Amino acid sequence: MSEGIDEVLRSKLQQQGVWVSSMQELYNWGRKNSIWPLQFGLACCAIEMIATAASRYDIARFGGEVFRPSPRQADLMIVAGTVTKKMAPQIVRLYNQMADPKYVIAMGACAISGGPFKQGYNVLKGIDRYIPVDVYIPGCPPRPEALLHAFMELQRKIDEQKLSGANKAAHLDSEQPSEFPVPAFGKHDLEPPANPDVFHPPKLERV
Amino acid sequence: MSATVETLEAMERPPVSMGSRLEGELLEVSMGPQHPSTHGVFRMNVALEGEVVRKLKPVFGYLHRNHEKIGENVSYLGSMPYTDRLDYFCSMTNNWAYALSVEKLAGIEVPERAEYLRVILAELTRLQNHASLLGFLLNDMGAWGTPLMYAFREREKILDLFESLSGSRMMCDYMRFGGCRVDASREWLAYAKKIVDRFPRFVDELEQLIVGNEVVIARTQNVGNVSPELAVSAGITGPMLRACGVNYDVRKVDGYGFYPRFKFRIPLGEHGDTYDRLMMRVLEMGESVGILKQAFEQIPAGPIINPKVKIRAFRPPVGEAYGRIEAPKGELGFYLISDGGTNPYRYRVRPPSFINLTILEDMCLGHTVADVMVILGSIDIVMGEVDR
Amino acid sequence: MESLEEIKARIEAAVPGAKIDIVTNGGPSQQHSLRVDNEHACDVAKWLRDDPALRLDFCSNVTGVDWLDRTVKKTVKVKKVVDGEEKEVNETTEEKIPGHIEAVYHLYSMTHKHGPVIIRIRTSDRVENACLPSLTPIWRSAEFQEREIFDLYGVKFDGHPDLRRILMWDEFEDYPMRKDYREPDDYEYEPTPHDDVLERAKPYYTPRPQIDGAESIVEGSKPT
Repeated sequence: MSEGIDEVLRSKLQQQGVWVSSMQELYNWGRKNSIWPLQFGLACCAIEMIATAASRYDIARFGGEVFRPSPRQADLMIVAGTVTKKMAPQIVRLYNQMADPKYVIAMGACAISGGPFKQGYNVLKGIDRYIPVDVYIPGCPPRPEALLHAFMELQRKIDEQKLSGANKAAHLDSEQPSEFPVPAFGKHDLEPPANPDVFHPPKLERV
Repeated sequence: MSATVETLEAMERPPVSMGSRLEGELLEVSMGPQHPSTHGVFRMNVALEGEVVRKLKPVFGYLHRNHEKIGENVSYLGSMPYTDRLDYFCSMTNNWAYALSVEKLAGIEVPERAEYLRVILAELTRLQNHASLLGFLLNDMGAWGTPLMYAFREREKILDLFESLSGSRMMCDYMRFGGCRVDASREWLAYAKKIVDRFPRFVDELEQLIVGNEVVIARTQNVGNVSPELAVSAGITGPMLRACGVNYDVRKVDGYGFYPRFKFRIPLGEHGDTYDRLMMRVLEMGESVGILKQAFEQIPAGPIINPKVKIRAFRPPVGEAYGRIEAPKGELGFYLISDGGTNPYRYRVRPPSFINLTILEDMCLGHTVADVMVILGSIDIVMGEVDR
Repeated sequence: MESLEEIKARIEAAVPGAKIDIVTNGGPSQQHSLRVDNEHACDVAKWLRDDPALRLDFCSNVTGVDWLDRTVKKTVKVKKVVDGEEKEVNETTEEKIPGHIEAVYHLYSMTHKHGPVIIRIRTSDRVENACLPSLTPIWRSAEFQEREIFDLYGVKFDGHPDLRRILMWDEFEDYPMRKDYREPDDYEYEPTPHDDVLERAKPYYTPRPQIDGAESIVEGSKPT
């Protein structure tokens, strides 16, 4: 992962008792092993999220057991459950209140797309209409193992983030937005029904 | 924010006498929908005088996912998986309540073994629901983590049973109209019996932790009292009603399933306070273990589903039915109107935890804001059921 | 518990002027109900709660039901004289029932442990006069459930202490549980669509009559 360090040289130095690392490696290593999730449950998946944190599955093995009730202290938002239209503005607000760098896991079919409740008049058809999502886990609800897998995927993603250059991480790029507009309650629906800057639905291509 | 303070005296506030302290001045606080102790996305608008609650208005709908509307648009059997997601701790009892209502609507008989399996699964559900409720309640009281870990340790064992039987940990989708989906093997029953036999150890452990615990007593006794008259008028059901001393349990009153065949007692409280509600759960777990032991002994062999029930194009006759069971949280009912089609014309859920919240304000008035969380926790709400 | 006919007779004796119909339920559940007129609903409810023999002190469930305009066909066997001979003839009568919204109350007694007695009250129409008397003063448990009916069906309950929207947000204007409610269109491509999704997708497709056949897809562009 580390650029600019010769792996052979590094292992030779390690044999001599010298440990060499890059700033980026050290920084990402620290971040990925202490992800603090927001203690924030919406529906059924939240119970599986608690089960993941509880005795059998024990998310503490991955450094993610510090559930914070305040978004100001959290790095990761696990959108665990059905996002209703009434709740969506609150979720966007919570996301805006989180400090950068911040990550989102859409846990379960409902958070991804509305899931089984997609036909509901009060159900938002996926949280990615308003905020960017890093990892999606399907399932209804996903098992705790699936959440752990998503957590590991997120750690891998953090590990690959660059500190500089053209592909640097979003939170280091001043051009990238870190806050997104909060939808308003309308007469029939949320206004707007989706944020076009974030939401890119698949388009049907006809051949 | 920057403020310059010139002298030390300027930092000191003018003396406040207790009499004048914010008297008549109300501070409005919105608790929720994102709050660590609201058990989901529940919100309360609280008016506080100092720390004392003077007014409290619950705000619902943050998890209103249109269960009833979807139920009117899918077939009768198609609603069964949706009922799992009502009260997502107790999918088995939700399944049973819905199956019971449809069986009433269409006049379906249930084989004996299926009824026994239903009782076993419903009582297992009650065990894990009450165990996790106590964990959450102690969590809200400040015993951060430990009791919840204990409760979830036991809950996982019961979820293992559900998973090996139905294929899913939480969303079991197990019952069908006129019976159950898969039969329990002899090994499953033996394993379940082993887990149930060990369960009283956990109940005793929990009882030791809470019954005489000074902090628990200080936080719960005489907090959130409910009079039996108010509880009956407000339609409170379940352990919360019985904590007020009203002897009403649908298992005894309606005698649905094979509950009349089992010997069990209904624990009753005396004061209707949070402590009684808490103890109701502990005692009910003991009774459930008793029912389960009897059921494991009595369960007969035989078919588990009524073969006459059509699975495809199931059309109950025109009519309506209201069926109810004693779910862990209270009386769970389904009201169905059939117009003779494959979908119900009206599909209504009577959610116990929604109606139990009716008197939340009455319970919280005059208590401190810290007690609100404990009172709310003792009602045992699940937002999937409250908002549907 | 006494039969519904007896209850009806006793209500009519106790509450003068109350019009009560027994609504029979032909299904196997045999849960028949009493339809009460709106003016006397509160008095009847109070009587049902306080009568020592009934003591229906527990209002378990309050449901709103939306009935659109409908015609009910009834086939009755009638004896008729046809060609000088008395014969049984099936006669079909059509009854037009205007649309209304109904509130159904399931009542039980916690004192005597019996029930349910089901009472129904209905609005006179679905639009202007969607008003019903509130039974919250009689049974507190109706408070949130009547609010829910107000929210989802748009029935105004007179005498309700706190009639606001409960599940949807305050700015919302529709009544989503009504049968004629239509959701705002938010079609999105799905790889595995259901029938109704396909129906909604039609305006988003441009017609390809050569490949799909002209009939299969309705012409039109994306609705605004």
